[in-house]
Amino acid sequence: MAHFTKATSVKDWLNQRLAIEKVEKVMASEYWIPKNINFLWAMGMVLAITFALLLVSGIFLLMYYQPNVDTAFNSVNYTIMREVDFGWLWRHIHGVAASVVFLIIYIHMFTGIYYGSYKKGREMIWISGMLLFVTFSAEAFSGYMLPWGQMSYWAGMVITNIFSLGGLHLDGLVEWIRGDYVPAQAFLTRFFMLHVLLLPLAIMGIIGLHFAALRIPHVNNQDGEEIDFDAESKKYLAGDKAGSKVMRFANDFMSKDMMVVGIYLIFFFYLVFYQYGFAMDPVNFDPADGLKTPAHIYPEWYFLWSYEILRPFPVDIGLVAFGFAQVIFMLLPWLDRSPNAVPASRRGAFKIWFWAMLIDMIVLTAMGKLPPQGIFSTIGLVSALAFIVLWIALPFITMNEKKV
Amino acid sequence: MKNKEPLILVVVVAFTLLTYWLVEPFAHSQMHKHVESENFAYADLPELTKTGNVANGKALVTGAAACTGCHSIDKEGMPAAMDAVAAAQSYGVNPPDLSNAGVVFDAKFLADLIKNPAHALNVEHKFDASKGKMHPMVAFYGAGGDLDQEVADMVAYLQSIAVTEEELTPKVAYETACGRCHAVSYEKWTQIGTKPKAKFEKDSLAFDIKVLEYQEPLVKYMGKLPPDLSMYIRSRGEHYISTFMENPQNQLPGTAMPRVGVTAHSAEKVIEYLEDAGDTKRHERESVGRNVMWYILIFAIFALLWKKSVWRELH
Repeated sequence: MAHFTKATSVKDWLNQRLAIEKVEKVMASEYWIPKNINFLWAMGMVLAITFALLLVSGIFLLMYYQPNVDTAFNSVNYTIMREVDFGWLWRHIHGVAASVVFLIIYIHMFTGIYYGSYKKGREMIWISGMLLFVTFSAEAFSGYMLPWGQMSYWAGMVITNIFSLGGLHLDGLVEWIRGDYVPAQAFLTRFFMLHVLLLPLAIMGIIGLHFAALRIPHVNNQDGEEIDFDAESKKYLAGDKAGSKVMRFANDFMSKDMMVVGIYLIFFFYLVFYQYGFAMDPVNFDPADGLKTPAHIYPEWYFLWSYEILRPFPVDIGLVAFGFAQVIFMLLPWLDRSPNAVPASRRGAFKIWFWAMLIDMIVLTAMGKLPPQGIFSTIGLVSALAFIVLWIALPFITMNEKKV
Repeated sequence: MKNKEPLILVVVVAFTLLTYWLVEPFAHSQMHKHVESENFAYADLPELTKTGNVANGKALVTGAAACTGCHSIDKEGMPAAMDAVAAAQSYGVNPPDLSNAGVVFDAKFLADLIKNPAHALNVEHKFDASKGKMHPMVAFYGAGGDLDQEVADMVAYLQSIAVTEEELTPKVAYETACGRCHAVSYEKWTQIGTKPKAKFEKDSLAFDIKVLEYQEPLVKYMGKLPPDLSMYIRSRGEHYISTFMENPQNQLPGTAMPRVGVTAHSAEKVIEYLEDAGDTKRHERESVGRNVMWYILIFAIFALLWKKSVWRELH
């Protein structure tokens, strides 16, 4: 057993038992961040804050929500929206944050791709990040079921149906997932469990992994510069704060994080109070009705690009393409064969690949929402093919990249 | 090195706005047909040319025109001939109480309604007299005098007994124009009236049974049970509801729902009633929103100052 002495202060008492000073150093004051980074590097903190908003608002909503097909809709739209003090506020925060969190995830992802932050030891950061994308997607989908409106019901129907499409006809699998032939009580209760317990647990665990994956390779920087963190941190600690290429996570970088968070929250709360419609689909304010199919069924905007990769093809090919779209981002660190971990602007053909991919995904997103008719289906098909071609081309265009 | 942050911000914001525009305003403009408001002008209905006489109108409404044979006028102490359930069983839907018809409905509409109900209500596709399908409301063919004068008199009478526009409450507007077909459960409104607080469960169940008995003929009359409108302000929005009320055929050709003939003012009152039902906390949202925005703005300013003070030593 370790040797304990009579504590001289509360801090000393805690120090002997929890090594709080050491922990503070490791986590904050001697966690070194390069200085040459821009506000895009604060998206991690923005995501953490948004996740906290989701968690807190979710806890309040959970106190009144009823996971029952007969009462779910009214528990949300009557009890929470009318009866509970500030219930409407928690719901709007939860709904808007669930949508905005994906905007920030996409910005965070494309920042990583642009600056090559998935290479040279940072592969686990990328993989854990993509796992977070997958778990957040499942979390968003399961949460969307809960108000038990028309879009909850029909999105649940259509998405679970995907498993039975194609040559395999896995109807039994769909029944197993739903716990019934159609989305009903068993379906609602299990998605409720996933949304409030299993998936949040998984997300919190993977967030831990994501942070841990960052420790050894350190944060990337906007110049693709390889920094000697030991030497630079010594310089900083010796007093040459201005000359060192690194800074403390707290308070140095934290102060910039908080500045970006402040500006982000102005945008976020503007959406919550004045522009929430995009995150709360009107169709879902009609109670679920299994006998009345809505005229247009579409997923939330953040799923549209992958939905559009499924839609324009014949069923079997569409399913393969859809599966491809789900896993391909995960493989990015190995599909990019270039030795360079520098910004896309300095990587020649990759620069074109990056902007083409970004624009292609925006086009896919738009076509995923529009009815698949006329010119829209043609554009949808072309951009879905372009998505696949771009990924297949990636190893070849990066293989011959010159070392910069 | 040159500061690239403003450029990066512009790129991020531009792509975000482009995506938003594509999936929201643009996609919805392609998915839903846009119906312009006709400002409740009812341009297809003839103008009233005669000035009505209230006393004659009263004599007609309660006498020769036989309105009160089916319609109650509670305000004037004239009760309905039968209760709501029996009325629905006879006519399909309970005929409205006429106490405030004069303020809720447009005068041109009322005049045309009296002369040719199926025409004014825009349900001639459902009620075609030549095919023997008569509208349950009997047209008024005149009491011996000038038909247009008599109709103008009746409209004048209805207007004289109604409350003023200022006095018209959202609830009365809704009840008169929509409430006999559409329940609003979040306001405890049923097709036969507000559900009373019952001391005993059997009284509560007895009321519910009466509602179900009313709904049976209503379903036969309309083809399906007209929807509960509790959340319509969120599911359809103000513009859709307003243009639907104005002329249901514009939004949903062939629908069994009649044109209700409300004035622009009473349409606003109906919308207000639906806002009270489905967007109850809108005023609180505005005031809390304002305070939160100020708070966050001040937070952002302090965060900016903190960053500046910390980073002064880093450069």
